[in-house]
Amino acid sequence: MRLIVVDTEKCIGCETCMFACSRRGGEGGLSKSCISVRSVGGMERGFVVVVCRACEDPPCANVCPTGALEKRKGGGVIFRASKCNGCPYCVSACPIGAVFWDSESNKPMICVACGYCVSYCPYGVLKREK
Amino acid sequence: MLERDPLKRVLYVDLTKKAFYVKERKDLFEKWLGGIGVGIQLLLEECPPGIEPFSPENPIIFTVGPLNALFPVASKTVATFKSPHTGNLGESHAGGRSAIAIRMAGYGGIVIKGRSEKPVYIVVDGERVYFRDASALWGMSTFATGRVIRENEKGAGFRTIMRIGKAGEQLITYSSVTTETYRHFGRLGLGAVFGSKNLKAVVVIGKRHLPVSSGREYRILYDKIFKLVVESPAMRKYHELGTPENVIPLNKIGALPIRNLKESSSQEAENISGERILKNYLGRRIACSHCPVGCIHIAALREPYKDEPYFYKTSMISYDYEPIYALGTMLGIFDPEGFLKLLDEVERIGIDAMSTGVILAWATEAFERKLISKEETLGLELKWGDYETYISAVRNILKGENEFYRALRRGVEYASSIYGGKEFALAMGGNEMPGYHTGPGCHIGALVGSRHGHLDNAGYSIDQEMLKKNLKLSAEEMGAAILKEEGWRQILSSLVLCFFARGIYTPDLVSEALKIAGFELSPAQLQELGEKIHKEKFKFKLREGFSFENLRIPERIFQTKSALGEISREYIIRAIEYIKGKLI
Repeated sequence: MRLIVVDTEKCIGCETCMFACSRRGGEGGLSKSCISVRSVGGMERGFVVVVCRACEDPPCANVCPTGALEKRKGGGVIFRASKCNGCPYCVSACPIGAVFWDSESNKPMICVACGYCVSYCPYGVLKREK
Repeated sequence: MLERDPLKRVLYVDLTKKAFYVKERKDLFEKWLGGIGVGIQLLLEECPPGIEPFSPENPIIFTVGPLNALFPVASKTVATFKSPHTGNLGESHAGGRSAIAIRMAGYGGIVIKGRSEKPVYIVVDGERVYFRDASALWGMSTFATGRVIRENEKGAGFRTIMRIGKAGEQLITYSSVTTETYRHFGRLGLGAVFGSKNLKAVVVIGKRHLPVSSGREYRILYDKIFKLVVESPAMRKYHELGTPENVIPLNKIGALPIRNLKESSSQEAENISGERILKNYLGRRIACSHCPVGCIHIAALREPYKDEPYFYKTSMISYDYEPIYALGTMLGIFDPEGFLKLLDEVERIGIDAMSTGVILAWATEAFERKLISKEETLGLELKWGDYETYISAVRNILKGENEFYRALRRGVEYASSIYGGKEFALAMGGNEMPGYHTGPGCHIGALVGSRHGHLDNAGYSIDQEMLKKNLKLSAEEMGAAILKEEGWRQILSSLVLCFFARGIYTPDLVSEALKIAGFELSPAQLQELGEKIHKEKFKFKLREGFSFENLRIPERIFQTKSALGEISREYIIRAIEYIKGKLI
């Protein structure tokens, strides 16, 4: 499974998806979000939606020195927190910036493609796909 | 409130000493929730009686509330200050990313005092505050300032950039603060208070989590509210056409102020309606943080350069009902392009669109009636519909080149006290009137409202109910309806919810939502608290010299027929008497 950003032109920048991602864990706010929305450089030009696209050969896993990021079948990674030393090479390896950082646990956060955020985007910007 | 909720933290910033500290104010937030409830208490504490609005002691207070960053459409920040425009209570609300950024930075309030020796902008990044040199930004437009800071600072997507343009620097008393390019602390001159402190911008960055009383119940209630927000017809109007949807219906019932309210409907109004602008100019729709409605409509205006073939510029201009009224119909401008060009200029320098339109409308009529001549206007022939001349007039106001334009920098109340024409100087309580001539309710609402604006109590909506249901309210009943609405709105603006969601967030639902944030208040207790906050605001107003007896009612509102017919002065006075009796 992966999350697809269908059409950023339809994104209004409300960030409801970001709140959904944090709320999934039962808390308010934004610190646990694995998806982020920001303007292209001024809201008049639209928005960028940053989320893990579940690469076939993920650079984040390739640079992980401790094997905490395992390649998942069909794309993306599985994160094994117990193996992670918080180095954070994975963050700099991801060219689209989709490895987020949890400053409490000092470990990465990466979208698991659960699709919870998808149902909170009224404009169909996001889709979950096999 | 919940123990771990950072809402109780208030950040105090001193621009003179370039210092800051944080104080826990659980006392205030437990009693007054947040937003305006806490804002007015902080203002009573921090603003010494009788000070000059431009004195360093005038505080700029930003507050958010318990529902921000928890529930959808809780997207607003309240600014509280002493207004340089009215010399009394200054309160202004804005969305954009401001409320979420402040809450996510870990604060319920930010209080800014003092005056920097040199221009600065401040960056609040979680626990730290940076004072950055803004000398190079002084004199820049609101647009350019945003662009520069956007590139200088981190936190894209998690920050707000609240800034002023040249008008605020020049202390024009109705200067606004622009946030995220398209939202404003528009009314009552917060921009000029920024300017008086040599404060060009405030950036707040934050990303954190918030505790809830029960994760499971939070998700269930969130889903219920979310469904209401995206499916309810109460929100659809904001989502589709946005606030400009009002143009055609208000024109139809004869409630749309035209040419300084000499008329209240026009056959030309359709040309500048929400429908027409959407069809020909809508370029993008955007939203405030945590609001899936997305009411912000941005027009794309493509213009060729006159002397350069194949060169075009495309301006992206956010439009709403109130600017269409003030800078469109009120000035007899029914050409959307002309209106958009004038609005763009107003946005660039950072002044309140509503006040600007009403001031220019008064000036045009004063010119027609020969109270002023080309000598005052520096050669400009002010004429209804002539947007190019109006753009020149706005530039002259900014420059303040002669006494006349310097008078216009202080609003229509002041200008008419010098040049005459008070009977058609459309200000209520010193603040230029909003875009409604629905009946007595809208004007009573603006006269007695604590901010003298249309959002205080929506008197226009009571008028429209009367019209729709063919009701006859006595002056006392009207007064009671206005008071009740303004009381409840104190709760909405303490949480801080966008008023557009008022149909969804009923007292019952607010009470439920507050439980998730650890506040136990019944709907009846909420209503009572709202009334109390309303009275606290009048404590400040009375302290600063407000009096119901001194309210000036411009003759013009009695001369032009409203949607409910001719308005009676006696009715208005009786309603004001009633409200006064209940408030003090």
